[in-house]
Amino acid sequence: MTDAATLFGLCAAALVGIGVYALIVNPQPLRKIVAFNVIGNGVFVLFGAIAHRGGALGWGGDPVPQALLITGLVVAFSATALAVALLLRLYDVAGSATLAADAPVPAKPDADTGRSR
Amino acid sequence: MMAALNVGIALLILALAVWTVVARDTFAAVVGFVAYGLLLTLVWVQLAGIDVALTEAALGGGLTGALLIGAAARLRRTEGAARAETPGFPTRLVAALAAVVVTAALAVAVLALPDPAPTLTHETAANIETTGVGNPITAVLLAFRAMDTLLEAIVVLFALVGVWSLAPDRAWGGRPGRLQRVDPNGILAYLARVLPPIGIVVGIYIFWIGADLPGGKFQGATILAAMWLLAVMAGLADAPPVGRTWLRLALVAGPVVFIAVGALGAVVADAFLAYPDGLAKPLIKVIEWALLPSLTVTLALILAGAPEREAK
Amino acid sequence: MSLADLFTVVAVSAGAVFFLAGTVGLLRFPDALTRLHALTKADNLGLGLVVLGLLPRVDGVLGGLTLVAIWLLALLAGAAVSQLIARAARRGGPPA
Repeated sequence: MTDAATLFGLCAAALVGIGVYALIVNPQPLRKIVAFNVIGNGVFVLFGAIAHRGGALGWGGDPVPQALLITGLVVAFSATALAVALLLRLYDVAGSATLAADAPVPAKPDADTGRSR
Repeated sequence: MMAALNVGIALLILALAVWTVVARDTFAAVVGFVAYGLLLTLVWVQLAGIDVALTEAALGGGLTGALLIGAAARLRRTEGAARAETPGFPTRLVAALAAVVVTAALAVAVLALPDPAPTLTHETAANIETTGVGNPITAVLLAFRAMDTLLEAIVVLFALVGVWSLAPDRAWGGRPGRLQRVDPNGILAYLARVLPPIGIVVGIYIFWIGADLPGGKFQGATILAAMWLLAVMAGLADAPPVGRTWLRLALVAGPVVFIAVGALGAVVADAFLAYPDGLAKPLIKVIEWALLPSLTVTLALILAGAPEREAK
Repeated sequence: MSLADLFTVVAVSAGAVFFLAGTVGLLRFPDALTRLHALTKADNLGLGLVVLGLLPRVDGVLGGLTLVAIWLLALLAGAAVSQLIARAARRGGPPA
């Protein structure tokens, strides 16, 4: 039982590292959101490995961390949804989806429709 | 034998995670991320967390995947401009160093975990009869850590309010998403007529069975929300205007019932969200049945996005 | 190894061969339509053979019916989605 937990714990550590690299290197905001999700999933797998190590009495895993993981997954989805909505709104208003400080400002953002066409 | 399977799954997951980093096209990276989310379900099965596996498949793979693919399709035009901003070698080097440091720290933490692993299994097993449910995860979610579940339901609602607040002025309180012009005799409409009856049965079954076997309201609500979204995407139903009273009542009904049960516990059993003796299972059922429609509507509307059309 | 176990091993292995063929097709075929053609083999035959191989190991008729229902649902979803992707590919890429 401890073997699977250690293996997936190390895999989770690698996932968090890959996510951190992707977060810094990718310029597109959507890929930064994907990288955040990879980091989050890595943390969840690490927590799940710890839960698996705590399994006893015939249960495969400690139920308390697993229940907290379900809560975490739902909250992570909510945060991703809000981030994506913000990104789409930025694209609608500014005409480009970039986080650069000197982004091109549209000529006449239309406050009524919210679209700069 | 199981070790070889676990190593195989771990390698596949790492390969897919690297693919989401190095893929040139954002759309390809997002598709790789969806596949990665589905493979994570296998990891959860190997770690003996079936409830978490169901939640990951439904929310992490299904809803997050749909969300990201829709966003990637809408943002296709910004690819060229964004790719020009790719950072140079010094930033990549610093990022790689940061990644290696974080991975090393976490790996050391994993290898240094205490060996008789601390666990709350015994306390949970000792107290589970008082809740009346057989599934320990449901007992933890709705009895021992009910406060977390209440706050989680409210967080999901806040995320929806946050998404709604991004509507442009003229579409305030209007219908989310664009009008779907889909062939009413096409394959998508056919799928949207055949699948929802089956999906609704499966969703309610997974919700119902969560009391004693892996399942529960989050997984069931996700399936029901997906069936509604399928009907909206196929043009068979239109997304309701978000200003409608019935919609807003449906959204808050779940958390309000949850808070009311908690207040009842504060009055009768000396602590917020404490259950009076013998009433644990009926109260848990009341909370679950109230949360299921609220969660379904909330998750579906989060995926539908900010309102873009005026309410007619 | 009993006859049922042997049947399971043979059927699941045959299913795995079809999955392998479908994956190789996905990775090596030149364009979207041919890749979809390769994927349907994994969906229909691969999953069907795996389900067939798992049927002797199920306890009770209900479990077997659940497995077959899963296969049929995967077929339905795969067929519908393949048509939609093929139509989009013929029109020239995912819509902007």
